[in-house]
Amino acid sequence: MKLLRELLFPTIAVIAAFLVGALLILAIGDSPVQAYKLLIGSALSWPDGIGYTLFYATPLIFTGLAVLVAFRCGLLNIGAEGQLYVAAFAAAWVGITFANRSAWILLPLCFLAPILAGGLWGAIPGVLKARFGSHEVINTIMLNFIAVALVSYFTQYHYRTPGDPIMETSEIGGGAHIARLGKFIPGMPERIPLNLAFILALVCCVLVYLFLWRTKWGYELRATGSNPSAAEYGGISIRKQIIVAMTISGALAGMVGINEVLGYRYRYYDGFSDNYGYTGIAVALLGRNHPVGVVLAALLFGVLQRGGIHVDGFSEHVTKDIVQVLQGIIILFVACEAFFRGSFGRFGLLRRSKV
Amino acid sequence: MSALPAVCLQAMLELRNITKRFGDVLANDQVNIVVQPGTIHAIVGENGAGKSTAMRIAYGFYKADSGELVVDNEVRNIATPHDAIALGIGMVHQHFMLVSTMTVAENIVLGAEPGSAVNLDLAEAASAIQKLSEEFKLAVNPNAVIEHLSVGQQQRVELLKALYRRAHLLILDEPTAVLTPQEVEEFFAILRRMREQGKTVIIITHKLSEVLAISDEVTVMRDGRVVGRLQTSETNAAQLANLMVGREVLLRVEKPEAHVGDTELTVKDLSVTSADGTKRVDGVSFSVRRGEILGIAGVEGNGQTELIEALAGLTPPSQLSGEVRLENRDITKADARARREFGIAHIPEDRHRRGLLLDFSLAENSILGVHDRKPIVSFAGVFLNDGAIRARAAKMIADFDVRPTDQDLPARALSGGNQQKLIIGREFDLQPKLLLVSQPTRGVDIGAIEFIHRKLVALRDAGCAVLLVSAELEEVTTLADRLLIFHQGRIVGDVDPKVATIEEIGLLMTRGH
Repeated sequence: MKLLRELLFPTIAVIAAFLVGALLILAIGDSPVQAYKLLIGSALSWPDGIGYTLFYATPLIFTGLAVLVAFRCGLLNIGAEGQLYVAAFAAAWVGITFANRSAWILLPLCFLAPILAGGLWGAIPGVLKARFGSHEVINTIMLNFIAVALVSYFTQYHYRTPGDPIMETSEIGGGAHIARLGKFIPGMPERIPLNLAFILALVCCVLVYLFLWRTKWGYELRATGSNPSAAEYGGISIRKQIIVAMTISGALAGMVGINEVLGYRYRYYDGFSDNYGYTGIAVALLGRNHPVGVVLAALLFGVLQRGGIHVDGFSEHVTKDIVQVLQGIIILFVACEAFFRGSFGRFGLLRRSKV
Repeated sequence: MSALPAVCLQAMLELRNITKRFGDVLANDQVNIVVQPGTIHAIVGENGAGKSTAMRIAYGFYKADSGELVVDNEVRNIATPHDAIALGIGMVHQHFMLVSTMTVAENIVLGAEPGSAVNLDLAEAASAIQKLSEEFKLAVNPNAVIEHLSVGQQQRVELLKALYRRAHLLILDEPTAVLTPQEVEEFFAILRRMREQGKTVIIITHKLSEVLAISDEVTVMRDGRVVGRLQTSETNAAQLANLMVGREVLLRVEKPEAHVGDTELTVKDLSVTSADGTKRVDGVSFSVRRGEILGIAGVEGNGQTELIEALAGLTPPSQLSGEVRLENRDITKADARARREFGIAHIPEDRHRRGLLLDFSLAENSILGVHDRKPIVSFAGVFLNDGAIRARAAKMIADFDVRPTDQDLPARALSGGNQQKLIIGREFDLQPKLLLVSQPTRGVDIGAIEFIHRKLVALRDAGCAVLLVSAELEEVTTLADRLLIFHQGRIVGDVDPKVATIEEIGLLMTRGH
């Protein structure tokens, strides 16, 4: 019953967004039924549709979790984008620098590098907030610009293969490649980039859940987010929690680098992120800041992203921008929740339990 | 249902069968209240009894689901406060609605500015206000700026605001909650003068002594219903309390003689400087012994809050000077967690800000502060043990009579009294050596007050040292074995509460000598 209540509102928001989107498609002069058929159908086809949908969902699960952890501590991490760039580059750097080592050494190093780099990049605004009280939203946004510029610089001037016209580094050592899921799933070709990072993302969901709701550390982190004064009263160091939460958040965002570098391109490709960090905020919001919700929301956004490509190619007027429109409307509706709870507060499921 | 006939020939204000529902909660259920002109009428009841709701309906803040309002023997439709003001009804809220940077006159005319749209004529208003102020002996200067006035004076500005709008019926919501004993006396004198001038006053309160001191008639409410209409002269505190609570209530705690032991807490020359550089606590020295309740009385804002926060380890060490010792240990620099481990428990004055995680369940709230100790954490010293948490919460809910008993409810869903009982249960369970208690019964129902007082005395008798801060003078004087009086961050009196009179203590509180 509680689960149903939690799911109801996001579901309504998604349905409402599709209805509004249908009106827009009509206005442009296409058939909404046709467009949605293309969108959903292509995203759920086997094996390409499902494979790519899950592949697109993977970074969003990581960034959604990143935003969630910070949010549970009362912090808004807008910096997942910068954190994942720094992390992906770190993964590539380690993969290139130690390319000749055996897989037994290279893989763990390449695995840890993005987690550490992302965590470190996330810790910076955490420390700034804990030490000086400067606002994490401003600092994370600023650090995004710095991160993007920094890794671009290194790619351009230090790690690009001479003569390569594309802004990308040279390839990482073969030992650092992680398996694509096509290897294990019959019927799924290995050209689909869906890889073990997806499994890692699901594992992280479980770990984040256990951490937040089953350990004393998670309790302290959530208590700080819920009421810092009361947390302090309970003997919890707010400053420590802020730093811990931002570090974990950054580390989770950094795992996008594992998917991108170790599982997909095997190199750092400049500008690879399709706003994963920012979309992660939407994913966490739609997923009600719960790991299960984050997975569901990331899957939905994966469907949109995958389906959008086909809508673009096979319909007359509608372009893949419809995906952006749908995402935007979903977020608008989700953000309206408080408003809906207010005016329809009397009706059944939407009512908050109150005694 | 006793005394007073239900039908009156002349009623200033009458609520007839008023019913109001908020969601599932029936806030007012067929409420009938009759207020005679030229009287002071008290409406009493516990928190959530529906007294404020009824009066807000009369003032047009809420619309009743059914029932009618009668003003001067005529059924009226009061849909907004504007309608109420037009009918000569004024209301003074518990939290003042004044703009602190404006003058008294500017505040009073706000919303009914004299003169034209481009030319505000304050001079005339100021003289009218001056006249009103003299007529009721309010001693308010129309040109004073609000932020320079005391709380008592601000309250009189609120009264003037209503009088300026020609109110002849004034509704006062818990008017004495913010006043010192002296100010209460002055305030009552003003109310009596108003009555002499033919005004009618409705006073909402839960303090029985005040009802008996000031009112002519009383309406008692419980659970949204009127359960008694009485002439004040024909009733007493015990009868009113029983009506309010619905059962027998002991108004004074049974308190055996204290068995005082060794010194537990020693405070030497402690000063607290707030972040803006003002000294909130100024060189205070005292000690608390095992088995005694040391009370601290004082008008709010005289450093008591800062003292307790400093003792609980919630003040940054950079803002402190002096020395704090628990038994023989110097804890001046210890943080909140360390102090908890040393055996200090703390019931904070503001339970919403400090004491509770309102969105967390009762079970999760029950472990705040012990969430990193056994048996709450097990496996590897990291994982929370759900069974232990639930057992602890269940015991607390049972021992401290927290209602409702469902430990999965968010703390937000509980009434103030039950939230307070949960906090008290949590802190008592630590079996503290020293308990810091601030305003333990603020906003708590009479029934729960009695319960909390008994628990505090029991803890004292078990050998705990208790430091009690309360703005309720009656509370500190009945519970404390020794009483310190705070004024502007200093201790200005050390009295025996059994001997000292309320007047004596009140003078020390307000003047400092």
